[in-house]
Amino acid sequence: MRRQIPLLITLIVGAVLIIAAFIPRAPFGRLGENFSLYFDIIAVFAFLLGGGNLVRIHGARLVRGVGMAVTEAKKGGGAWPLRFVIEFPFLAFGGLKDRRGRDWFFSLITLLGFFAMLAAGLLKLGNPSGWQGNVTAPEGMFQDFYDSMFNPLQATMYALLAFFVASASYRAFRAKSAEATILLVTAFIILLGRTPAGAYVTAWMPESLSFLTVPNLANWVMAIPNLAGQRAIIIGIALGVIAMSLRVIIGIERTYLGSDEK
Amino acid sequence: MPSCWVNALVRCVIHALSPSVSVPRERARESRTLLRFFAPALLFLGLVAATVFAQAPNGGAAPRSVSDPQAADTKGDEGGSIMLRWTLSPDDSAGQVTGYEVFRAAKPDGPFKSVGFASRGSARFADGSTDDDSSYYYKIITTGPGGSTETAVIGPARSTAEWFNSNRANVLVIGLLISGAVLYYIASAKKGKKLFIRRIAGLEAVHDAIGRATEMGRPILYIPGIQDMDDVQTVAGVTILGYVARTIAEYDTKLEVPTSRSIVMSTARETIKAAFLSAGRPEKYSDDMVNYITDEQFGYVAAVDGIMVREKPATCFYMGAFFAEALIMAETGNSIGAIQIAGTAMPAQLPFFVAACDYTLIGEELFAASAYLSNEPRQLGSLKGQDVGKSIAMLAIAAGTALFTLNQILRAEWFASAGQWLKNLFIVN
Repeated sequence: MRRQIPLLITLIVGAVLIIAAFIPRAPFGRLGENFSLYFDIIAVFAFLLGGGNLVRIHGARLVRGVGMAVTEAKKGGGAWPLRFVIEFPFLAFGGLKDRRGRDWFFSLITLLGFFAMLAAGLLKLGNPSGWQGNVTAPEGMFQDFYDSMFNPLQATMYALLAFFVASASYRAFRAKSAEATILLVTAFIILLGRTPAGAYVTAWMPESLSFLTVPNLANWVMAIPNLAGQRAIIIGIALGVIAMSLRVIIGIERTYLGSDEK
Repeated sequence: MPSCWVNALVRCVIHALSPSVSVPRERARESRTLLRFFAPALLFLGLVAATVFAQAPNGGAAPRSVSDPQAADTKGDEGGSIMLRWTLSPDDSAGQVTGYEVFRAAKPDGPFKSVGFASRGSARFADGSTDDDSSYYYKIITTGPGGSTETAVIGPARSTAEWFNSNRANVLVIGLLISGAVLYYIASAKKGKKLFIRRIAGLEAVHDAIGRATEMGRPILYIPGIQDMDDVQTVAGVTILGYVARTIAEYDTKLEVPTSRSIVMSTARETIKAAFLSAGRPEKYSDDMVNYITDEQFGYVAAVDGIMVREKPATCFYMGAFFAEALIMAETGNSIGAIQIAGTAMPAQLPFFVAACDYTLIGEELFAASAYLSNEPRQLGSLKGQDVGKSIAMLAIAAGTALFTLNQILRAEWFASAGQWLKNLFIVN
């Protein structure tokens, strides 16, 4: 029964939503939107699970790490609290020999960040309108934390992408085989065609040969072979989604439901 | 005095045009002073005139009205909407039209009230605030800098709710055809018919990748994408996780699954628990294998990169929906020397995975993976059904290309119409 009921729900909901896509009249017309709304409501409650898991894991790591750090400090005997304070930077950043106790300082930062944001959001700290104010009011502490701490950190991670693109391109474009050589030549045309230099180096070409200028070649690569390849992939994806959805709806694919046994 | 100014100005112009003409020094200074005054004044007047003429071309006349205006029920909707269509004003492309204001009334003689505005170049407007039991009359007013012109009263028009969205009839037919093929092959496979499924290198490598991690004594990292369970890619990712976890349980290797959604965390736990149970190793399962990080994309990728650098997993799986974080994770995985198998249906991220990972499941292969790994005939049958869809797509592409090419060669309108019909057949509304 633990599996049969979810399978039945999946079958009914899946079938109704497929039918609703072709019936605009109420109540079918907005059924998809309503089900998305139900999903969002469930997701909000599920967040308690996620948040709880985060606190539990990092709390355990913190307690274990601090315990080990205190034990390490106590080994020296005498005034161990003083030693603990002095050795704190060493103990905090991977100084512990036992691997399980390392990185506890990051767990501390995670928990501090989590609870600080939670308090700022729930209590609406610094919000000029108090409890009735919007949680994202610009004067509020929640928005302050977000703008001055979270956003720069996020931008930093995103900025890493530029360097990773360079390193990945370097590996991908090494002319190891015929395919890689074609990729290299194509990438060179696209890169050059997207810069002013691309237009400059082939500006001398006569009008009758303008299709051979680097910017035009780059546009051709993007509009013809690239687009054709992308569309082929998208058609395959659409068919894959249909087959996968049918397998899920009719209950052939049930791995995601977990076990039937207790 | 004015005549004195005019004389001075004339002298000034003569001097400017023919500098060889000798002018007494005192008069020349006077001319320069006047020029300093007149030049900005003339420039200002010129600008004013240019602005006025630019704003009112065609002598400031009102733009001509739209032609052939029609109002009818919006097809295939739930009611409450009337669609207005018209042929653009002949002055639309000349820039003499700012837009088309739509007025509505319950009676042909008014009073008319504005219900919306369609911008220049737009030949239709959906009035989405109608009552299905009432009739409405419309007027379309073409507005421009030179004034406005209005059409005659259009209508009556009435909106109705429909039981079938006729705009999607093509989707229904093609969907039924493909779904029918999938179900037919599932039934055939059930009866024991042998089906040939091509080899997928990325999935053949799964066992080797898990074996490598076992030999090295390092964990396996599995990322089920960053979307929630309402995304079919995440469902595919979690399903593949089930098969991977079963092998991991048999090999007794450590598994780590950081997730970015709480529901994915719960589902992944259930899936892994079931996999360990079916492998006969329920005692090896721990809830700590799956943990929640954060919903935030870059916060998640920072945590995953941290896990990679600290734990140095021997194998990384990326199966699901990914965005900009795809390359950050895959490149970090590459830097620690992990074997990486990725699969996604996000076309923009596929090149990054191909460049940074050892094996990549491209688009449909992600959805085929669970069926392929399970080796269950019914699931494999569904893959065969997909091939019917591919055949339809290939035939339609070949026929469409042929029709449009023949139209170019023979200049016969029939080919273009047939090609357009075929194209419309695959357009989703």
